[in-house]
Amino acid sequence: MKKYKINKTYQEINKKIKSGEVVVVTAEEVIDIVKQEGAVEAARHVDVVTTGTFSPMCSSGAFINFGQSVPGIRASKVWLNKVPAYAGLAAVDCFIGATELCEDDPLNKVYPGEFKYGGGHVIQKLAAKKKVHLKASSYGTSCYPTQMIEKDITLRTIPNAVLCNPRNGYQNYNCAINLTKKTVYTYMGTLKPKAGNANYCSAGQLSPLLNDPYYKTIGLGTRIFLGGATGYVTWHGTQHKPSVKRTKTGVPVSPAGTICVMGDLKKMSPQWLVGVSLQGYGCSLAVGLGIPIPILNEEIVKHTAVSDEEIFTQIVDYGYDYPNGISKSYGQVSYAELKSGSIKFKGEIVQAVPLSSLVKAREISETLKNWISKEKFTLCEPHFTLPNV
Amino acid sequence: MVQKPIVCYLVKDYDLTFNILNATVLPRKEGVMVLELSGTRKNFKEGVQYLKTEGVQVQNASQEVKHDNKKCTHCGACTAVCPTGALSIQRPEMNIIFDQKKCSICELCVPACPPRAMEVRPTKNVFFE
Repeated sequence: MKKYKINKTYQEINKKIKSGEVVVVTAEEVIDIVKQEGAVEAARHVDVVTTGTFSPMCSSGAFINFGQSVPGIRASKVWLNKVPAYAGLAAVDCFIGATELCEDDPLNKVYPGEFKYGGGHVIQKLAAKKKVHLKASSYGTSCYPTQMIEKDITLRTIPNAVLCNPRNGYQNYNCAINLTKKTVYTYMGTLKPKAGNANYCSAGQLSPLLNDPYYKTIGLGTRIFLGGATGYVTWHGTQHKPSVKRTKTGVPVSPAGTICVMGDLKKMSPQWLVGVSLQGYGCSLAVGLGIPIPILNEEIVKHTAVSDEEIFTQIVDYGYDYPNGISKSYGQVSYAELKSGSIKFKGEIVQAVPLSSLVKAREISETLKNWISKEKFTLCEPHFTLPNV
Repeated sequence: MVQKPIVCYLVKDYDLTFNILNATVLPRKEGVMVLELSGTRKNFKEGVQYLKTEGVQVQNASQEVKHDNKKCTHCGACTAVCPTGALSIQRPEMNIIFDQKKCSICELCVPACPPRAMEVRPTKNVFFE
């Protein structure tokens, strides 16, 4: 006997995409569909559920091959718009990390620093097809005698540019508060003293990994929306931790799974790769990411129907606990409550502040839906799925 | 000038309500204070005249904060720091709304905005002729 009433394959869904018969809905739309029709009927008629998220994702960057010059150089140090790029690769390859700062940045010398320009901004500028100034130095070798080059590059003139983000799309994240008496400026935004505000950073019911909590469809080779183009999940992300506590329906109640993603930067857009400055903290890159979830059976559609009321996160103190490595939760709160604009904390009403753009997350899920409906995007079956519990 | 409680006189003699938005008074440097004043038009004009006779240079708020909708990613980070509610989130759409009338030009949102979509610009409005 088969385990599920509905059984579809990637091949069947792709066939429907090519014939234009595919039924695609977003992770928000599927909630009511499953509520009204039940999981089996929903799985029968829905083929793909699209998700989306847009927020600063620090573990991002790009491999750039900037091409040889004459005479050649074996670059050992590289700067892009004064932002150092790691050059310990081959002769004219480098990696520009999203959080790398402009070399003359005043940092936090006058606290909180502004961190106006960094690797994330360079990546956005490249994606915008604008000029970026490259400087490379070397000690000179017999085969590569040049010791210094300076030139303007654009995405069009360089041979290769690959966005490669070792950790994106965190499955759930903390809700940050500050219980000290001073304002703190963190990677979770500005936190006013005495729990003046509660910041959170997840697209909740639209978030990719929260819609496939046990990673039944996501793994090496999953084709995704990345930075406005198509990209791929290439590995589980760093810090991937599937073993955290979960609700009855399998939704993690603290940060859990992550993905490593890659894609051709040359095809991406500055609208979906935005350099950001986090006051008092540093620079980063806001990444637009969306994953299509194939509805292979009723269990998968049930997971995609998860709503903000059923997704919870932990309230963590970023004033004292977090910097001191104290792992303590001051309570659990749902994304429905967070998205309402305020939460109840120790009997007081505290303003809830999002850092993840729901407007953009919706746009991504709609774009992906559009691509699939218009036969521009087919699904890839992963070679293996992400490590699970 | 520091010996005179000029703000206090604005209240006592001209019946004006004040709200201090910013004050930088340092030794060996010209002091600057940003005040929001409200009262009747007549009292307001006389109050401003009083300040001028005391040697205070009075300027209208020469700057304003603008929201660049193209740069804004509608994340919501700015709403943590905006003290007047000029920046708020429209629900359920979750997009950022900037109500310039509520803005006190405190400029806290400028560095708090991750994509730096809030800009300070000179204004054209003139309150004092």
